[in-house]
Amino acid sequence: MSRSEKKPLIVGGRADNTRIDFELVADLIEPGTKILDVGSDDGALLELLRDSRQVEGRGIELSQKGVNKGVARGLSVIQGDADEDLIYYPDDSFDYVILSQTIQATRNPKLVLEHLLRIGRKAIVSFPNFGHWRVRTDLLLHGTMPVNDYLPYTWYDTPNIHFCTVRDFVNLCREVDADIEKAHGLQGNGERISFSAPWWFWNLFAEQAIFLLSRKH
Amino acid sequence: MNSPTDSNKPDAGAKSREERAAEEALTPSSRSVTFGPDKPLKLDAGGELTPFTLAYETYGSLNEERSNAILVFHALTGDQYAASPSPVTGKPGWWSTMIGPGKPIDTDRYYVICSNVLGGCSGSTGPASINPATGKCYGLDLPLITVADMVRAQTMLVDYLGIDTLFSVIGGSMGGMQAMQWAAAYPERVKSAILIATASHHSSQNIAFYEVGRQAVMADLDWHGGRYHDFGVTPRKGLAVARMAAHVTYMSEQSLQSKFGRNLQNSDHKAFSFDAEFEIESYLHHQGMTFVDRFDANSYLYVTRAMDYFDLAADYDGQLAKAFMGTKTRFCVVSFTSDWHFPTTASRTIVHALNAAGASVSFVEIDSDKGHDAFLLEEPEFFDAINGFLHAADRSAGLPETQDTKKDERS
Repeated sequence: MSRSEKKPLIVGGRADNTRIDFELVADLIEPGTKILDVGSDDGALLELLRDSRQVEGRGIELSQKGVNKGVARGLSVIQGDADEDLIYYPDDSFDYVILSQTIQATRNPKLVLEHLLRIGRKAIVSFPNFGHWRVRTDLLLHGTMPVNDYLPYTWYDTPNIHFCTVRDFVNLCREVDADIEKAHGLQGNGERISFSAPWWFWNLFAEQAIFLLSRKH
Repeated sequence: MNSPTDSNKPDAGAKSREERAAEEALTPSSRSVTFGPDKPLKLDAGGELTPFTLAYETYGSLNEERSNAILVFHALTGDQYAASPSPVTGKPGWWSTMIGPGKPIDTDRYYVICSNVLGGCSGSTGPASINPATGKCYGLDLPLITVADMVRAQTMLVDYLGIDTLFSVIGGSMGGMQAMQWAAAYPERVKSAILIATASHHSSQNIAFYEVGRQAVMADLDWHGGRYHDFGVTPRKGLAVARMAAHVTYMSEQSLQSKFGRNLQNSDHKAFSFDAEFEIESYLHHQGMTFVDRFDANSYLYVTRAMDYFDLAADYDGQLAKAFMGTKTRFCVVSFTSDWHFPTTASRTIVHALNAAGASVSFVEIDSDKGHDAFLLEEPEFFDAINGFLHAADRSAGLPETQDTKKDERS
């Protein structure tokens, strides 16, 4: 479930040094807060947040290589699994829990999301939108599961076992009593979709979505 | 001196090594400090130990701020010679791959201290030491020693060296238990802690294996109820069996299989005897025999017992997380995939407790087929992790760049 395996699926690979989704996540975070990054990959996001937002960061990462890289960056990263290890974190132990490009690879996305909202005051979740028009046209015109630049895996070797669309995710948020405080959509050209745009528009044109959630009081 | 004279030993070569070991137990060639009656050590088993000695070695130099000291702990049968040759065997220090100039525990940068544990037999007070009350070896008259006792004694050594805060405490196996005890009992004195292939308590299986070993020692007629020194003998056979049984638990099934398989020792046909026919047998015999040359049998009883009694959670209402609540210490926990002596699950228990306590913790499981012993071997991923963690701890502690600059000034 390491993010490195899924890296091609993120709108990365653009000219800037920082990945656009990292910047979007960073924008959502108050400086000086305590953060848990679930699926922290090589620690790049945590390092960015530590250096630009002075956060106290922790990471969970499945791959040993990713953990080692994170530790070498001076981060506190443990080898672990979102599906199994979140249970060991006490309630309200972090200001933000980040699940970046990982929820679609968890076995039980709903439970994971509930843990995020329990452990953190706020949760930040980003994922590739399976409702994007290119995905829909692949299915409609070719009748095959989509394989392209941002969804590079074939159906039989993908680690992404629980794809969802923006609308699906919004429904799940309702089910787990999460408030959507903010949301960003990213189009294929890297442009943001305005928060005021209707969900159907997001669901068609966002390649990726990033949500800032909190528990309903 | 009360060194054993060993009339019962098979070969002359071993004799000198065993004699050297007996001498080192009483008068170590390393540094040592003796705490007199003004500084008695309170023991968990009750009463006080006084006087007592800790034998230790240091590597690198202490900076002016006294902020670069790392305390390294040896495992069950180790000694203070972590990065320098053992005076008994002449072999390089047991962690000389890890500690030294430019190595992960860099002696150009850190001041590394390693002491022989209380209850050990390499110069610190243990059952082979002289009991001042009788003028003879303590034997079993020494009260049982716990890991917390070992650590309490070490705090006195660190005080004696004029060090208030340790940059890091690092140990594998029983050494990891000591590091954990330090971090739990003296959090304000420990900036970072590296716990390698260890556990917060001995499992029933751990206790069982060590009990087999202890029973083997005590069943040896030469043990004489622990008073073998008085009889000029040592329970070599019992101690060798103890070591053989324990050694199997330090290796993985895979490494035994790939190293020895069912290979025969001397011939390609079976002799149908009970001699060491298989290579694995002769390997174990060798491990047993070389061990008894350098290790005191009673010390083996004491130190294995200390590990059995160790249960950090029990000291905190059964909740391991409570041992670390509010700690500022940075932790790094390391386990090895093929270690079944202290398996990854034991490390995860520690990590979960540290998470629950809100501690800063890194956890790496290293892929290795070398079993428990992997922590003593040069596993690249393992070394990278230690290196990375220490560098990061270094940055966060703001350790001044004194070592190199100081050297330049001096030269």
